[in-house]
Amino acid sequence: MGAGGSGGLGITEADKSDPATPKFPNPPKPATVGASHVNQDDPEVRQAQEERLIWVWDAPKGWKYWSAVNNTEVGLWYTATSFGFMLFAGVLGLMIRVQLAVPENDFLTGHFYNQVYTLHGTVMMFLFAVPIFEAVAIIILPQMLGARDLPFPRLSAFGYWCFLIGGIFVCGSILFSAAPSGGWFMYPPLTTQERFTPGYGADIWLLGLSFIEVASIAAAVELIVGTLKCRPPGMRLNLMPLYAWYVLVVAGMILFAFPPLIAGDILFELERLFNWPFFDPERGGDPMLWQHLFWIFGHPEVYIVFLPAIALLAMIVPTFARRPILGYSWIVLAAVGTGFLSFGLWVHHMYTTGLPSISLGFFSAASEAVAIPTGVQIFVFLATLLTGRVIFSVPMLFVSGSLAIFIVGGLTGVMVALAPFDWQAHDTYFVVAHLHYVLLGGMLFPVVAGVYYFWPMLAGKTLSDKLGKIAFWLMFVGFNVGFFPMHFSGLMGMPRRIWTYPEGLGLELPNLISSVGAFVFAAGFLIVVVDVLRPRSKQPYAPRNVWNAGTLEWLAEQEDKGWGVRSIPIVTTRYPLWQQKNFVEDVDMGRFYMPDAEELKRETMVTSVLDAEPVQCLRVPGPTFMTMWAAVFLAAVFIFATFHWWYMTIGAMVLATIAIFVWLWRGTALIPEKGEKDVGLGLKLPLYVSGPKSVGWWAMFITMIGDGTAFLSLIFGYLFFFTIHEEFPPAGMAEPGLLWPALSLALFLAAWIASQMALSINKAGGVLLARALIGGSAVLAFAASAAILAGPYLNGLDPVVHVYPATVWVLVIWTAVHGAAGALMLIYCLVRSFAGRLTPEFDIDIANTALYWHFMAATALIATVAVALLPLAT
Amino acid sequence: MIHSETRDNLWTLIAAPTIWALHFLVSYIVAAAACVPNVAIFQAIAGPRILIAVITAVALVAIGLIFWRARREWKGHGGGSVHDTDTATGRERFLEFSTLLLAALSFVSVVFVALPALFVADCR
Repeated sequence: MGAGGSGGLGITEADKSDPATPKFPNPPKPATVGASHVNQDDPEVRQAQEERLIWVWDAPKGWKYWSAVNNTEVGLWYTATSFGFMLFAGVLGLMIRVQLAVPENDFLTGHFYNQVYTLHGTVMMFLFAVPIFEAVAIIILPQMLGARDLPFPRLSAFGYWCFLIGGIFVCGSILFSAAPSGGWFMYPPLTTQERFTPGYGADIWLLGLSFIEVASIAAAVELIVGTLKCRPPGMRLNLMPLYAWYVLVVAGMILFAFPPLIAGDILFELERLFNWPFFDPERGGDPMLWQHLFWIFGHPEVYIVFLPAIALLAMIVPTFARRPILGYSWIVLAAVGTGFLSFGLWVHHMYTTGLPSISLGFFSAASEAVAIPTGVQIFVFLATLLTGRVIFSVPMLFVSGSLAIFIVGGLTGVMVALAPFDWQAHDTYFVVAHLHYVLLGGMLFPVVAGVYYFWPMLAGKTLSDKLGKIAFWLMFVGFNVGFFPMHFSGLMGMPRRIWTYPEGLGLELPNLISSVGAFVFAAGFLIVVVDVLRPRSKQPYAPRNVWNAGTLEWLAEQEDKGWGVRSIPIVTTRYPLWQQKNFVEDVDMGRFYMPDAEELKRETMVTSVLDAEPVQCLRVPGPTFMTMWAAVFLAAVFIFATFHWWYMTIGAMVLATIAIFVWLWRGTALIPEKGEKDVGLGLKLPLYVSGPKSVGWWAMFITMIGDGTAFLSLIFGYLFFFTIHEEFPPAGMAEPGLLWPALSLALFLAAWIASQMALSINKAGGVLLARALIGGSAVLAFAASAAILAGPYLNGLDPVVHVYPATVWVLVIWTAVHGAAGALMLIYCLVRSFAGRLTPEFDIDIANTALYWHFMAATALIATVAVALLPLAT
Repeated sequence: MIHSETRDNLWTLIAAPTIWALHFLVSYIVAAAACVPNVAIFQAIAGPRILIAVITAVALVAIGLIFWRARREWKGHGGGSVHDTDTATGRERFLEFSTLLLAALSFVSVVFVALPALFVADCR
């Protein structure tokens, strides 16, 4: 245990038991002077500092390289992997085009074709479009914020391994002809009934993607906390790079958009595995519920994909216009406005389901309204370009191409947002054309622009201008040749997802042209891939900040040093490299904060939300394999469940839980060797903070908002069934009664109060009483979980007979599982307290657990009221 | 200054679009509850439409207040559309101006969303 609170100067040798100190050989000597007390102009001092920083932030060597957690490595793997999945799905797309090139083709069998287009859509959306946002943000966000790393590097690594394993599982299924074949939105009853879709395909889709969604939410938590709390000192909200605004908005959207899909996946999988009839009308279910839950996710997802790509444009355009962005606040308006409005569009995918026109009208109106903020962004870019001195370059080519394509997609979007037009075009190739114009123009072209733009920052060398231009023209022409004719084939009546079509309908020519265009487009993209992968050891390094940009990520040196920034700068402008004098030199000479890693520990700075005032020097953990193990075991849970190997599923669940607790025990809430640290320029910052000041508390808060959204989606399902049935619960159906839910609620509330008292009593120094309260609270939580299950169990609710008992069971199981998780957290706190790792002064664990229990109490209240009182309302 | 100032933050920034979201959700639920199960599709739904008109009025007033408050304080801090100064006032002015823009967008969007209830008289 450290001498917390004392003002000790430091340590005398590398403390390899600390996760923030990497276990590398030959550590340099630590320093104990304090960054404010060295002569920063002395080259020897600087050299010693640099040695320490390089050693601390270096990537592990040899096979241990894969234990890296630093954002530079993880972000690179993430990006490469998502591009890999993209190429795979691209090949599937080409297979579709070969099959449809001529009428009556038999290149693919009908059954295999279904798998091909289902995986094409699924992989492009879930394994490329969304993850590439997270991947790119993990690489460039910390650079842009002058941070050494994101606050939870191990969480990023965990997310990456989940993504990789889940992705391979989903993609690999096609090699065994066992891939999902029900379309990327998996409508029941097509996908819930064995007679339509035999085999494991739908389970692979549901479980594989649920698993990846967990990784997405983890990344969202990381990115929100990173943007709000890891900005450099002085970077107030009005000085933040626009990219960071977009990241904040998009990560927030993920938090509200993915949980409904997870809730839907749970219901869907319960129907497939255990025959609980959520989507089966014969037993009171309704397939429409899946469509609602899927599209509450699915439409915001389009913007989750689009906004981060537009964010890249917001960085590229000012650089090549040679001026700051015109209308910064308008971009913020557009990002936040789109973020909200995009949640009011979901039913425009469901215009043909027979909903009353007044309902369709709401969604149609919102779909038109969203064109306003979307248009604002495009006008801001145009205005910036018109008022600047534009330099033409390969990234700018892709930017202009993306705007042109996206505008076409946007305009057809306004068309299909009108219900009467959509009734004609629904499920035809017109929609296929529309969505490809939106997604490629709004996402793929900007991402390629980003690749050309940021490549020199990552690799120190530029990509080829010549190849870039050829690639662009092939892609741009190929894309339009490929997808524009689909508008016509769609209007002629060619439906989506068909395996082949007969001669003589006039569809031959547009389809053949589309197929040719698709291959030209693919050739263009292949050139980009070749350009990225070609060896360039002979090519000289590009000059630093090769595009002469103004934002912090361009501090990156030609040869990557791993440390992120040499010293953490004080930012007073939006474009520090343009607008602050001597900025680069001051950073390089270590004249700002944290120019050293005196104790040989990985550290970054935490600042306040509004004005980025320094609040903490945060120690971040280094390389570990534990995150990989946690991901492997968690993946095993999902994969074993797919094949109904229940004992192995439970075994994997136990192992995953153990792995996560080991990771937490070793890597989080470490008590530092001293209370505060001199970070330079006369500033001392605490090394340990808890409660709302700490990043962990924010991560818990944000995670629980996502978790709460999933729970509310289940409640939405319950109320949905309530409204569509004349009588819900149906007459004569067993009900959970009042007694057990009421008892459970009382126990949950008692556990909640005990956990809050434990927090404050522990803080006041009453360690023994706090331990008793923590232990008591855990016991109460287990009892409460058992009590809520007892209601439906003892009253004989059979989830297979009707959707009512099934929904009640889902709500109580959800609550009980959360209660048990809350109990485990309390037990963890108790053990930490006995181990001396949780003390009155160092109380992160119990502070975060107490926060969890606020959400837990709300969940218990809503769940018990819903299951106990709703039957009384009918 | 006569009026007391609000210290703007990310929550005040998203207040207006949050009202839009609630208005949207409530309008949707009111219409859905009136038309489900959809048996009497030609029956007029005057009651629910009036209810939507009322919540629309409430939402517009609330958004209008946010707009008015943000505009007053933004003007009070000097107005203008460039907010890149490195001061607490600069940050405040930026948030006020962005709040104002978002309130305007939310206002228009609430009107958009209310229009179907003006034109559609039954559950067809």
